[in-house]
Amino acid sequence: MKKNKVLILRTAGTNCDYETQSAFELCGIAVERVHISVLIENKSKIFEYDILVFPGGFSYGDDVASGKVLSNEIKNKLGSEVRKFALSGKPIIGICNGFQVLVKIGLLPDPELFTQVSTFSHNDYNKFECRWVYLKTGNKINNESNCIWTNKLPTIVSLPIAHGEGKFIPKNKSILNSLNKNNQIVFRYSSKDGNIPRYPLDPNGSVDNIAGICNKKGNVFGLMPHPERYIFHMQHPSRKNFTGKNHGWGKIIFQNAVDFVNR
Amino acid sequence: MEYTANCKIIEILELSDEKLIELSNKSVLSLSFEEMKKIQGYFRKLKRNPTDVEIETIAQTWSEHCKHKTLTGVVDYTELIPLKKGSFDKLPVSSRNKIEFLKDDKDYVQYEKKERTYNNLLEETIFKATKELNKKWCLSVFKDNAGVIEFDSENAVAFKVETHNHPSALEPYGGAATGVGGVIRDILGVGLGAKPLANTDVFCFGDPNISDSKVPYGIHHPKRIAKGVVAGVRDYGNRMGIPIVNGAVYFDDGYVANPLVYCGTMGILPKNKIEKKVIFGDLILLVGGRTGRDGIHGATFSSVKLDKKSDVNAVQIGNPIVEKKVLDAMLEARDLNLFRAVTDCGAGGLSSAIGELGEKIGARICLDKVPLKYFGLSPWEIWISEAQERMIFAVPLGKKDKIIEIFKRENVEATVVGEFTNDNRLVVLYDNNIVANLDMEFLHNGVPKPVRSAIHKIKEEKIQESIKMNYLEISQTLKVLLADLNVCSREWIIRQYDHEVQGQTIVKPLQGNCIEISGPSDAAVIFPYTIIKDTKKGIVLSNGFNPEYGKINVYKMACSSIEEALRNAVSVGGNIEKISLLDNFCWGNTNSPEVLGSLVCVANACYDMSKAFDVPFISGKDSLHNEYSTSDGKYSIPPALLISAMGVIDDVANTVTMSFKNTGNKIFLLGVTRNELGASVLAKIKNIRIGIVPAVYPNESKEIMKKIYLAINENVVESCHDCSEGGLAVAISEMAFSAKKGVQIYVDSVKTETNMLTMSETLFSESNGRFIVEVTHENETKFREVLKGSIFSEIGCVTDDENIIFESEKNKLKLQENSQDLLKIWQSTINW
Repeated sequence: MKKNKVLILRTAGTNCDYETQSAFELCGIAVERVHISVLIENKSKIFEYDILVFPGGFSYGDDVASGKVLSNEIKNKLGSEVRKFALSGKPIIGICNGFQVLVKIGLLPDPELFTQVSTFSHNDYNKFECRWVYLKTGNKINNESNCIWTNKLPTIVSLPIAHGEGKFIPKNKSILNSLNKNNQIVFRYSSKDGNIPRYPLDPNGSVDNIAGICNKKGNVFGLMPHPERYIFHMQHPSRKNFTGKNHGWGKIIFQNAVDFVNR
Repeated sequence: MEYTANCKIIEILELSDEKLIELSNKSVLSLSFEEMKKIQGYFRKLKRNPTDVEIETIAQTWSEHCKHKTLTGVVDYTELIPLKKGSFDKLPVSSRNKIEFLKDDKDYVQYEKKERTYNNLLEETIFKATKELNKKWCLSVFKDNAGVIEFDSENAVAFKVETHNHPSALEPYGGAATGVGGVIRDILGVGLGAKPLANTDVFCFGDPNISDSKVPYGIHHPKRIAKGVVAGVRDYGNRMGIPIVNGAVYFDDGYVANPLVYCGTMGILPKNKIEKKVIFGDLILLVGGRTGRDGIHGATFSSVKLDKKSDVNAVQIGNPIVEKKVLDAMLEARDLNLFRAVTDCGAGGLSSAIGELGEKIGARICLDKVPLKYFGLSPWEIWISEAQERMIFAVPLGKKDKIIEIFKRENVEATVVGEFTNDNRLVVLYDNNIVANLDMEFLHNGVPKPVRSAIHKIKEEKIQESIKMNYLEISQTLKVLLADLNVCSREWIIRQYDHEVQGQTIVKPLQGNCIEISGPSDAAVIFPYTIIKDTKKGIVLSNGFNPEYGKINVYKMACSSIEEALRNAVSVGGNIEKISLLDNFCWGNTNSPEVLGSLVCVANACYDMSKAFDVPFISGKDSLHNEYSTSDGKYSIPPALLISAMGVIDDVANTVTMSFKNTGNKIFLLGVTRNELGASVLAKIKNIRIGIVPAVYPNESKEIMKKIYLAINENVVESCHDCSEGGLAVAISEMAFSAKKGVQIYVDSVKTETNMLTMSETLFSESNGRFIVEVTHENETKFREVLKGSIFSEIGCVTDDENIIFESEKNKLKLQENSQDLLKIWQSTINW
């Protein structure tokens, strides 16, 4: 039987690739970190993999705008391949800079459409921030989502964020409405008890407190927080006071995808 | 200015002494008269004049920045120690002639005079201690780009801290950014290259609230410098994907004209990749950024005092993404054994990097092959430019194609620019002409060693008049202390750094009991699980820094900084038997015997403490000449010794943080509280100029540190925090407000040296060697057992009501504060 494999796509300025690799490996799947120049030379190589990851970092220094240069490169040189990968139903995750890339190439919110319909702006407080936040999972209407990545998570989880351009802005009202209607908003910044947060728990001023979205099918997932930084409970800032199990919420997210492809 | 792309002959053979000095100053060579004479003599023997390339090569190699002439030089040192009253008569007659009468403030004081000559200050103090301690786990000390210690049976960790003061004064953003970039390259260039795991940063600025009129002409306002430096460190560190996990900021008007920027990097590498080797015939591969006219004379300019005409061209221009690409590619090349040696291009650029690698055999370089940012550079500019993000590799001929292929795949430029030879000469070519041909022996060992004189007078310290306060005054004082620039929260800075990238920061710079609240962590712990699979081990990083103490007593400043660095590491679970230290000296102009005297005294303190605590120094760096001149006179910095500590922790599960954990738990204070308020934060805000500066009692504190480590590993410590600036009252407040808890403290239970301390003295004394530890009722017996024989006492308990209470029956005083109010005060000072 063929062994499943994760592809972590890296380029100049990628910097969360090692910990993302470890997170997947701890979920029991093989991982390869592949430079984009290698993939561009051999485009069909992408289909050897079962999960595609756009990791965090500062791709090309985030020159022009965060994730912009990389998303153009992907769109122009690997566009049809990544779209095909997404439409095939295989899991794709974009974390932080990777989320920005997914949105800017148009894989989110709709890979069929493959057009950019939302963007990211500078945080409302206009500075880079690294801190932990609460996230409300699921959806306002019926608490259900197709997202394969966020199964089994409780209503409120905490994860760290670290970004300067994290304010998610949909192009117009109808885009936002359809995200809501189709249960595509999987993570919202929240207060500890699930209410609308204020700064700093709302770290960037995202429209509708959006922190992570998926496509309708639920296989393509992008989020600003860093699940790969919360695999063990020791990574949580409150340490001994933490009453959860001995793994972090991030582990569940990666395990969900691994279980999905192993099925 | 017009540039010519040719090599020039510099006429020095016939120059008079005055003209030699003029030449050195005019061309920013920073060479002394003796050094210029030596060079003149060398070329007179050769019967020819040097080229500009040759003169510049020597100036870079002999610069204070590269050669550390002061710390490794000959020093005649005199120390004057005040005699206690009446002890003169008890002295044997033979030693009475060593007594001098000198006038202090008002009175004449008797001083005992001690003299000593050092042939090499560093080797006879700091390095000597390391040699004598002879730790097996110290794998590479004081020779490579960084100090290296053992991590586990297969891996080692390297740590280096650098300064980038002059550039940061002129151009705060760029200066600080390239400071980070530079020290990261030190780690990339240690052994055959280490993977950086964490950065540290320590800054000294002037008071950010100072009025413009008080800022000397030609200097940026301290707040502008502070914001620029933080942004520079942030942007470079974040883009490199290296978490900045530990640091300090110290504000003092002595740093208005000369801000200090210390940047550190810690990295990990396999033990079998620690040694470099360069062999005849190996190719010189230049990798990374292109060479331009930025950073010309960075090395020599760092030894010149700044003034309003200082040249901003000496500041380099950084590009973190280029460096990140080099990092990614070179680690792959390292693991494939594609090169035999590597070093970074730092101060002095190619001239220093290639000169150092080829020191023992010789090198031949063709400057035309160096990729340039733009045309028009003279050969000497190409040769000494400190353009950033460049590394030099020694590559065996047969591996050239493979290594270039790897760099090319990552879009990194890699160019063969020469080869290592076996004639012990440094030969530089340009346009088919030899533009430099120097003897390696002269270049590296020819620098003359002048004798410098140094004198240091130890000030007599007296206990201040008893400080008595009522509860209102204590309350007010506590709030002023928490808001003080040198005590308040650094959250505004820390949150701008991605201190969690790589996912391995398991004791973070900010810790609290819930994610909304953060207190100041004592140290950081990195758990390198993404690099070393299945490891349990971690690396603790901490620092100790307090220039305030040095204003009265530099010896105690040095001892306190060393003890504080150790204390901080121990507080989170560090093992004092596995901790190593780095020293960073930032001093004024050491041509002055008094300034050099204080440096010698501190070097001695480092030796004494290293031996007493059984903790070795593994690397260090100095930045001298931190002076600025204006028409009003010269501004020199208060001496600043930064001590950075790195230790290996056997099991990261046994680490603790500083916030209180649970209501009802008992609180213990370990160590002795003495009447030590000299140069304390309290003394500063109350303008008290006398007092005893906190001393270090190594045996007492070493024992407590060992026991805390045992207690933490027995799992009986819930939280631990050390007492430092602001003393017990500040430390207790921090533990309580970061937990959203209250606390009840019985001040009478504190173990003091004498019963003479008032409540405010007990609360605000900054005595070293003290820890606050939280223990559950169940673990109390075990805890007491572990601590048996040490000085400690139970001083209170954690409560649930957010009230911080300090109570003394003896003084009939009770102080009650709301912990969340104190948190807000602590957080509000730096919120730009």
